[in-house]
Amino acid sequence: MKMQSAWEIAEGVRKGSISAVEIVEEFFERIEKHDKEIRAFITVSKDSAIQQAKEIEKKRREKKLGRLAGVPIAVKDNICTRGIETTCASKILKGYIPPYDATAVRMLKEEGAVIIGKTNLDEFGMGSSTEFSAFFATKNPRNLNHVPGGSSGGSAAAVAKGLSAVALGTDTGGSIRCPSAFCGVVGVKPTYGLVSRYGLIAYANTLEQIGPIANNVIDAALLLSCIAGHDPHDSTSIGENKDYTKFNSSAKKLKIGVPRQYFGEGTQKAVSDAVWRAIKKLEGEGAEVEEIDLKSVGYALASYYIIAMSEASSNLARYDGLRYGFQDSSGARDWSTLFSKDRKAGFGFEVKKRIMLGTFALSAGYFDAYYLKAQKVRNLIIQDFQRAFKKFDVLMGPTMPTTAFKLGEKTVDPLAMYMSDCDTVPANLAGIPAASIPCGSSNGLPIGLQIMATPFEEGKMLNVAKTLEDILGVYAE
Amino acid sequence: MKGISREDVRHLAWLAKIELSAQEEETLSKQMADILNYFKILDKIDTKSIEPAYHVREVKNVFRPDEPRKANPDEILKLAPAKKGRYVKAPKIV
Amino acid sequence: MKDDLGLKIGLEVHCQLTVLKTKLFCSCPSNYRGEDPNTNICEVCTGMPGTLPVLNEKAVEAAVKIALALDCKISESMNFFRKNYFYPDLPKNFQITQYDKAGGSPIAKEGLVETIAGIIRIRRIQLEEDPGKLSYEGTIVSSPISLVDYNRAGVALVEIVTEPDLKSPKHAREFLQKLRSILEHIGVCDGSLEGAMRCDANVSLFGGKRVEVKNISSFKEVERALNFEITRQKTMANVAKAEGMETRHWDDVRRVTVTLRVKEAEEDYRYFPEPDLVPITISKEYVADIRKRMPELPDGRKARFVKQYVISEEIAGVLVGEKLLADIFEESLRTRMASNLLGSWLAIDILGYLNRSEKTLADMKFKPKDLAELARKVEKKELTENTAKSVVIKAIEQGKSTFEFAKEGAAITDEKSIMDAVKEVFEANPKAVEDAKSDPKAINFLMGQLMKATKGRADHELARKTIEQAITAGS
Ligand SMILES: [Zn+2]
Repeated sequence: MKMQSAWEIAEGVRKGSISAVEIVEEFFERIEKHDKEIRAFITVSKDSAIQQAKEIEKKRREKKLGRLAGVPIAVKDNICTRGIETTCASKILKGYIPPYDATAVRMLKEEGAVIIGKTNLDEFGMGSSTEFSAFFATKNPRNLNHVPGGSSGGSAAAVAKGLSAVALGTDTGGSIRCPSAFCGVVGVKPTYGLVSRYGLIAYANTLEQIGPIANNVIDAALLLSCIAGHDPHDSTSIGENKDYTKFNSSAKKLKIGVPRQYFGEGTQKAVSDAVWRAIKKLEGEGAEVEEIDLKSVGYALASYYIIAMSEASSNLARYDGLRYGFQDSSGARDWSTLFSKDRKAGFGFEVKKRIMLGTFALSAGYFDAYYLKAQKVRNLIIQDFQRAFKKFDVLMGPTMPTTAFKLGEKTVDPLAMYMSDCDTVPANLAGIPAASIPCGSSNGLPIGLQIMATPFEEGKMLNVAKTLEDILGVYAE
Repeated sequence: MKGISREDVRHLAWLAKIELSAQEEETLSKQMADILNYFKILDKIDTKSIEPAYHVREVKNVFRPDEPRKANPDEILKLAPAKKGRYVKAPKIV
Repeated sequence: MKDDLGLKIGLEVHCQLTVLKTKLFCSCPSNYRGEDPNTNICEVCTGMPGTLPVLNEKAVEAAVKIALALDCKISESMNFFRKNYFYPDLPKNFQITQYDKAGGSPIAKEGLVETIAGIIRIRRIQLEEDPGKLSYEGTIVSSPISLVDYNRAGVALVEIVTEPDLKSPKHAREFLQKLRSILEHIGVCDGSLEGAMRCDANVSLFGGKRVEVKNISSFKEVERALNFEITRQKTMANVAKAEGMETRHWDDVRRVTVTLRVKEAEEDYRYFPEPDLVPITISKEYVADIRKRMPELPDGRKARFVKQYVISEEIAGVLVGEKLLADIFEESLRTRMASNLLGSWLAIDILGYLNRSEKTLADMKFKPKDLAELARKVEKKELTENTAKSVVIKAIEQGKSTFEFAKEGAAITDEKSIMDAVKEVFEANPKAVEDAKSDPKAINFLMGQLMKATKGRADHELARKTIEQAITAGS
């Protein structure tokens, strides 16, 4: 099946060779046909999508079409969409209809994108396999016995299967890159501050960003161009509005650093082989490649989980069932009991565990040993990256140490699940941009190569990604 | 660090306002101890002279002008599961 | 209160920055008074998932003004922290506030306020958001439910924390009065608005554990609540029951403090830096600029009143105790100098009446210049002081904007009429007339009778002179 790319759809709709309504209907047909087995979507918003598509048709006559005119887009279900149920894959938000659009969603709508539905995730983004969704697990479209990765598993699976042209994901510790690697698509975690977090339902504020998931680098760059930029609603947003779709594909003189720590003992041989093969091809095109040490990266995982859980314990306090969301109806006699019952029934076990650990790490007696310590280690990691980027344009390594694992393989051992994030979390701690692009496969399961760059150098990073994609081709089964 | 006792788990659950079943308490005290034990890896690094990176970007002084804007209160109030008139209804306080 | 009780009182005063047009972190109007419940809300101040706070620029300026007025050290850089605890009036179940540990820096520290009973040290002042408002069906204890209104949630507060320097419940009230006047003079908080200034009090006796009394919503209530709490603690001490650290709620309907069900202790609040807000630098130039624009404060104004208008320290002190009162005083004076008369009317008679009748200066509908005109008439002896004062009180009582004199209400200033009245009084009180020849006190009695007979309209000085002359003549 030859998939139409997002930029081709937008161009066609603008020129009038493609009807926005027809293309949207085509995608809904595919969803109806395939989503029964993939289960990428929590909510499908067909009526409002068709309505949106009709309005785009109207606007075409007035020649006022945006850069994503008529492009069907799936939005991860932890990003607020006004009037469309947004659940974070949690029982506690079942039925929640946001009274506002996330800034990224508003920007996409302004560019003519059509929201076709909300995609599955690990509850509140807490997981790496999309198995911790309170509703159902999403399956990897490349092999239904395997996980799609997470937490943006629904978005990556939808794009990989062609149920949506592009998708928005969110990345707190790898949640865009991990499923992109596992499903064989392109995923970009932007620099912290480039894309507004307004309307992204917080898991860990200082780590996360909204970013694109696409079938090819141009689509990812186009989507990123449409959502990047400063937002007065987000005090930490400082991004500029830039066009990332102007590529200059050349690897000449490109300085690539390859940190040894990204090829640790848990890394599958097939993965490191595929990644190295790709890097060697760039070297063949004139890039300069050097292996380096990023020692502090070995501490990233612990630092990451302490910070993420601590922030989460506070962020998720608001779900008490009073103003919105699930409320227990057994007649609690006082507010404290009611809150405790709402949260007992509303949260899944993994979420409870992270809230409990975060509550612990912020407690008066343990704050210094955990939260403060983790933030100091984070500073060391930032400094390590800064040193490396003095010498290199980009750093490269595997996105994930393995290919997609089997459904159920890691759900019983929380630490094993956490460990699979070892290569993605450093970029979140350092706040740098990172992308995953397909670079091969093993036993029919895709392998992702990770490219990291210095803050706000998404242009450079995507240029390298495009060069690599030109060499390797988009992922094909 | 000592392990996480059932008492610790109960106190944390009270602070976090999560009612736990006996089974959950049991599993949590074990899993939390394992995870906290893993976090001890950070003790290996000397961070005495390092500042914490509370904010990853060095952004300062972000403000909003003091200009009022009327929002969408009815759309918000509609979301509350229990109401009495225009009040959000909650159980008793003391 | 005697010192041997070992009484220590500290206050945490929450002052709403009523000068702001919007809330602290969202664009909802900050004035929620008189609005229907839950109409003054948006997705930010109700803690909808995904929303983020953005700081109101003017809030920093208002807080810096307070810091300057209270002689505080202003931080060069400040940041916000989350204070984590659950409560139905707290939309996010954490409060965005400031903190002085763990790398936290509130906007200012270490200030002081001078009161008649001594200096009160200010520990710190900080910017924070107000919670929503809970109401009950009946009292907090008897109500089976609570009703939440988020209109107030997110309104900018400055919390002013004192050291435990207050010596008595009365002293606490004096301090609060002074603080209110300061805030009104700098124009950031209108203390006359219901709930604009509220406080929590920490009380301990005999070196016992601290008890925190929450929910005190007015200055009168502060004195009442503290008196109740001190008596309660004394009784507890007498029966040798140890006081644990406790939080109690002031029930202003029943006028008792009641214990709140187990509440988080300070160490349970899990303070950490608010990740969604960035640090704020407060430059020396910024502070200097605000300092330049600072208005006159009550202490300075009092000194000026004494000097400029030649009135007593006491009267001046009372006048500046309330900005509006001092404003009325000065505004009146623009028309005519009668400073002592006006000063004592305002500081003693009018204020006394307002307090007795639970009214406020806002209930005075007439113009200050009309008040000054009355004073001028009294000075020119066209009116007796008593008549003037009773007309003024009547105007306040009836909410009138003009003064109304009874038909026969004009002052009696002609000697003939006074003499006639004196004769009548002498005839009715022969014993007193006799006594007055040897005891000057009896003259006062006769004066009283005369004023009664003339309904207070007799010119005071002339009447006394006439009585004295008549007695001397008769002896
Ligand atoms: Zn608001």
